[in-house]
Amino acid sequence: MRYLLVEDNRELAEAVIGRLALDGHAVDHAGTLAEAEDCLAVATYDLILLDVMLPDGDGRDFLARSRASLETPVIVLTARAQVSDRVGALDQGADDYITKPFDFSELEARCRAVLRRRGGSARNQIALGAALFDPLAGTLSHGATSVDLRNREIRLLEVFARHPGQILSKGQLMDRLFSYDSDVTENAIEVYVGRLRRRIDGMGVRIETLRGLGYRMETDTA
Amino acid sequence: MTGTGSIGRRLTLLLAGVAALLSVLSWGMVTMLARQAAERTQDNVLAASVTAIAETLRSEQGEVRLELPYSAFSMLGAIGEDRVFYTVTAGDRTLTGYADLPVPDGRGGPGRIVFATGTYRGEAIRIASVTRVVLAGTSPVPVTVTVAQTRDGVGTIAADLSQLAAILAVAFFVVAVGLSAIAARTSLRPLKELTAAVSRRGPSDLRPLRRAAPSELAPLMGALNRLMDRLNLSLRRSEDFIAEAAHRVRTPLATVRTQAEIALRSVTDDADKQRLRQMIRAVDESSRSAGQLLDHATVAFRADDLPRAPVDLADLAARTVAALEPTAAMKEIRLQLDAVPAQVSGDPVLLDSALRNVLDNAIKYSPEDTVVHLQVMSIAHEARIAVTDQGPGLGEGPARALTERFRRGSNTEGIVGSGLGLTIAEEVLRAHGGRLDLGAGERGKGTCVTLVLPSS
Repeated sequence: MRYLLVEDNRELAEAVIGRLALDGHAVDHAGTLAEAEDCLAVATYDLILLDVMLPDGDGRDFLARSRASLETPVIVLTARAQVSDRVGALDQGADDYITKPFDFSELEARCRAVLRRRGGSARNQIALGAALFDPLAGTLSHGATSVDLRNREIRLLEVFARHPGQILSKGQLMDRLFSYDSDVTENAIEVYVGRLRRRIDGMGVRIETLRGLGYRMETDTA
Repeated sequence: MTGTGSIGRRLTLLLAGVAALLSVLSWGMVTMLARQAAERTQDNVLAASVTAIAETLRSEQGEVRLELPYSAFSMLGAIGEDRVFYTVTAGDRTLTGYADLPVPDGRGGPGRIVFATGTYRGEAIRIASVTRVVLAGTSPVPVTVTVAQTRDGVGTIAADLSQLAAILAVAFFVVAVGLSAIAARTSLRPLKELTAAVSRRGPSDLRPLRRAAPSELAPLMGALNRLMDRLNLSLRRSEDFIAEAAHRVRTPLATVRTQAEIALRSVTDDADKQRLRQMIRAVDESSRSAGQLLDHATVAFRADDLPRAPVDLADLAARTVAALEPTAAMKEIRLQLDAVPAQVSGDPVLLDSALRNVLDNAIKYSPEDTVVHLQVMSIAHEARIAVTDQGPGLGEGPARALTERFRRGSNTEGIVGSGLGLTIAEEVLRAHGGRLDLGAGERGKGTCVTLVLPSS
């Protein structure tokens, strides 16, 4: 997935880019509306994350201006929390909004929801051995069988799928699965890995436990 | 405001005063003219009478002779029942009539009629007198003919006319007062209409007044419009200021949170991780409080002058559920919606805010892997959205107190919240003539929050 992030706060932008890159997304960064227009002129994006207050104008005005010619879904990042502001953003053609400061898990969840609504799942399927994983729809299919995965199972499988053959520690997995304000222990990861193992049983995909190190996904090459 | 009396009453009194003055003046004028006219008539008749008598003067054998023609007195009878006196003197000798009748001085010279007013036998009289020179033998003798008449008739005529004039003046006055009242009301009507136009408006309707007004009211309308402009501007400025302030506060908070998350990924020590988590939680808490305070202000502001539109609670619930689904999914919470159409009339922005706060609470306090159930119902004259969760319930203490500002339940420790969510929801519902019901869920488990609104 290719994202365009329009955000003038450099530190926040870097953190968002770093986080989205972990999920295997390519992110272009524009600090101003002018830069954003340059980016849009030369590349096609799957999703735009748009800040409201930018040095050269209001992100919502930009949205209202370019909505007609722009097919790409937009999530507005806003520090304005007032109800009327949020409704205003949606009226002007945003697909969703998220208020700063936000939880990265929530940003991911909202991105995924918007992409799913816009029906962008077909090109985003990941082959896992003989199985086909659709992270947006949340399905894993192998031959005639198809299973619907639950939210955390999807995210867990997506992390494994983006990093095939790599060892992922419990800490790394926790970061992706839980928002930071929830008090969960690493035991929770064992629970979810256990559940995912049962779901993918017979799909030609395995998750191995490497004691003291973490987990690794293997696919049957046969 | 201290009243300085009514303009309408003042205007009416002023106009009535002018009418009264005019009435009295015209009555006085008519009375005076009537008396003058009556007196002139009497004078003319008296003059004709003395002239008629004087015409008969002749000299006969050295004696002055005269006849008293009947017509000379009959014409005097035309003026009321007045008594007539006369005297004719030749030199110092009275030829005939009342010798003691006062004779005015013959200042006018021979042949000219002289008038005078006097008293005779206790009555006011008008006297006309003419002197002719008659040759009695060889010497010319001045003969004075004097006729007098009492003035009762003149007085009666004058009084009759004056009474008539008084009746007319009073009638004029009454009509004038009525017309002044109407005139005052008519000329003040634009002012009343302007007042009505301003007072019909809601507190946030600051559009300029656009209506036809008489030129006297134009400065007032101009001043009002300028005032509303300034008010509007300062209101917009403070809204912009709040938005700008929110941006300024939240952007660095976002940076702090981001850095803390990055740090959390790289530290391995459990105590450090715990510290970073607490930091993130504090940031969330303050940004959430800031947001809800602003929401609360917005609700208070909009509730004063509620814009109403038809809203289907089923649509509203579906939209809100769609918006919060990603948040719920993060905790593996399923949002289940059962809805029938339920029409209400209200402000969709505020209603959305109320439901969002309630649903957000439900998600926040629900354990993982549970269901939050939304049911939209239409019962009798009420439309309801019941939000039931499988959380820990409302905890100890009276449920009602939870809608107070900054009040949080006794069992909310460890969960980020500002204590304003239910307050906002309740204020929105109250502004719509509805209420917020708090209770336990099915079989006494969990929490059921019901938004109740009057159906439309």
